[in-house]
Amino acid sequence: MSPREALRTAFQAILANRLRSFLTTLGVVIGVMSVVLLVSIGQGARSEITGAIEGLGSNLLFVLPGSGDFGGPPTRSRFTLDEVEAVARALPRGEERVSGQVLGTETVGAEGERVTTTVYGVSAGHTTVVDREIARGQGFAPSDVVGNRRVALLGADVATELFADLDPIGRSISIGGSRFRVVGVLEVVGSSAFGPSQDEDVYVPLTTGMRLLSVSNVDTIYVRSDTTEALDADRETVERVLGQRLAEDQFTVFTQDEIVGVVGTILQILTFVLGAIAGISLLVGGVGVSNIMLVSVSERTREIGLRKALGARTRDITAQFLLEAVALTGLGGVLGLGIGVGLAQVVTLVSPIPAEVTTWSVALALGVSTGVGLLFGVLPARRAGRLDPVEALRHD
Amino acid sequence: MRGGGGAPGVPLLEAEAVERTYRMGGDVEVRALRGVSFRVDRGDYVAIVGTSGSGKSTLLNLIGALDRPDGGHVRYDGRDVREMSDTELAELRNVRIGFVFQSFHLLSRMTARDNVAMPLVYRTSSPKERRRRATEALEAVGLGDRVDHRPTELSGGQQQRVAIARALVTEPALILADEPTGNLDTRTGEEIMGLLEGIQADRGTALVVITHEPEIAGRAGRRIELRDGLVVADAVQIPTRSTPAAVAP
Ligand SMILES: Nc1ncnc2c1ncn2[C@@H]1O[C@H](COP(=O)(O)OP(=O)(O)O)[C@@H](O)[C@H]1O
Ligand SMILES: [Mg+2]
Repeated sequence: MSPREALRTAFQAILANRLRSFLTTLGVVIGVMSVVLLVSIGQGARSEITGAIEGLGSNLLFVLPGSGDFGGPPTRSRFTLDEVEAVARALPRGEERVSGQVLGTETVGAEGERVTTTVYGVSAGHTTVVDREIARGQGFAPSDVVGNRRVALLGADVATELFADLDPIGRSISIGGSRFRVVGVLEVVGSSAFGPSQDEDVYVPLTTGMRLLSVSNVDTIYVRSDTTEALDADRETVERVLGQRLAEDQFTVFTQDEIVGVVGTILQILTFVLGAIAGISLLVGGVGVSNIMLVSVSERTREIGLRKALGARTRDITAQFLLEAVALTGLGGVLGLGIGVGLAQVVTLVSPIPAEVTTWSVALALGVSTGVGLLFGVLPARRAGRLDPVEALRHD
Repeated sequence: MRGGGGAPGVPLLEAEAVERTYRMGGDVEVRALRGVSFRVDRGDYVAIVGTSGSGKSTLLNLIGALDRPDGGHVRYDGRDVREMSDTELAELRNVRIGFVFQSFHLLSRMTARDNVAMPLVYRTSSPKERRRRATEALEAVGLGDRVDHRPTELSGGQQQRVAIARALVTEPALILADEPTGNLDTRTGEEIMGLLEGIQADRGTALVVITHEPEIAGRAGRRIELRDGLVVADAVQIPTRSTPAAVAP
């Protein structure tokens, strides 16, 4: 039988029993739909998060506690203010280019309003280092940090939530029960898909923040290089300075590229895992197809007998039923793909996570769904091919 | 291998001391055929008769190359069916034999034309050629205006005509009909027999009809009678036909 004729025969059989064909392949439809949807969401999350890190600017170095093994347990930071200062002293214009950071969740209140948000203790140069603009007022002065002053910079949303239309500059707020004076409001960053928006951030001077949060260690040290070319030299300096003060496995310096790479890889793996879990439902769908195909073979025993009497060889019959299974799961794959892509659009519309339909997830879903048909069609197809024509014709 | 082919002198079909025994569970055996011999030549018209259980269907399966004998030989064009592989048997059925069954065996999801074209699907032929030949075969059985109908939209007699067209479309050397009128009323049955006989007469196709109806058996040029798995009579006879062989225009 020619491939073209075989395909025609397969579709004829599928269309002859539309509802049943649809129900048979429903598992595949749902499986492919979940794979496409979950992978799109994972992929969208990856782009969003890596994009957010890239938004910090490409000339940034991150000094993180621990040996840099992201798979291991979280390590307690050994950085103190002394380490931040040592790094700043070792670099030209270090005061402007180095920032230590601590963070914690606190309740912030003013004018009878209260919000719970992330409060960062940061060095004076922080806004420049991580590339955040100040919309109104001014940033911290080195004296604010040295003097342990209770001053604060508000994210745009926090400012609106606490003060509505009032100008917050110079007004007082309470953070974790202490009074602070607002010195500036940060420029709007825009919506973020993950965690609280950066417009919810509240900054206080590093020393004040450490006292407020009752911590003695700095979580992260940021270093901004003037140019991309200067990154390596700055990194060596940072590593040398910290190497003299800390053990080798107590700190690691990353470039922004490396962080994006590591985070990207982790999210990629997560996406694969999501896809694989959804893929299991595809296999379950395949078992369903196999089951119904076996029923179909037994129902169509007389057809098989007839075809053999008319000259069909064992392999013609096997190929016919195999192709039917593949066409069935292939159609299910196309349908599931359509629904999955549609749902991905809906997710993009209604949630802050833009789902990203990727070519590889589409190719994988279609490849796997036809593969599932091939795999689970073999058993029924072989059974059909092996039927004895005499017995098959007598069947009722 | 095509319609009227085969070497001269060699019979189209030869059964020689054919035996077929069914083994049931345990030691029970049913000897359905116990040494059957006869031959069919090109253009013959043979009726095989016998009471129920005499072995007619078993014999049909063997001469239809759907089954192999346990003893003796079935030869097509001198070639022993027992020495042929399953694939060779499939080709033999496709090329040399046209089947007509009591219960028509049409696929209800296909049009009359697709049903008729089905045997052509298992040989190299273009869709266009299949279409043309199937249409011609349907015209030959008087259903030129029903090509796109499905079996459920046709009467029993029309369905059997479609089945005959399907047997005809490959231009076989032998048409094997198993109780072809069994599911039809007497008048329609006679029309169907007339149609088969017209094909046999006009195209020189050998016709073997299995029946238990004496009126049908009486129409053939030769009558083979089976009893308990043995041939008890094999004789040329003068056909008795109530209606002349009528092929639809
Ligand atoms: N598949 C089979 N298994 C066991 N016995 C069978 C089978 N087919 C036919 N028989 C037996 O073989 C004998 C001949 O049957 P069959 O060829 O069908 O006769 P007929 O067609 O003349 O009625 C009967 O006794 C029948 O019961
Ligand atoms: Mg019988």
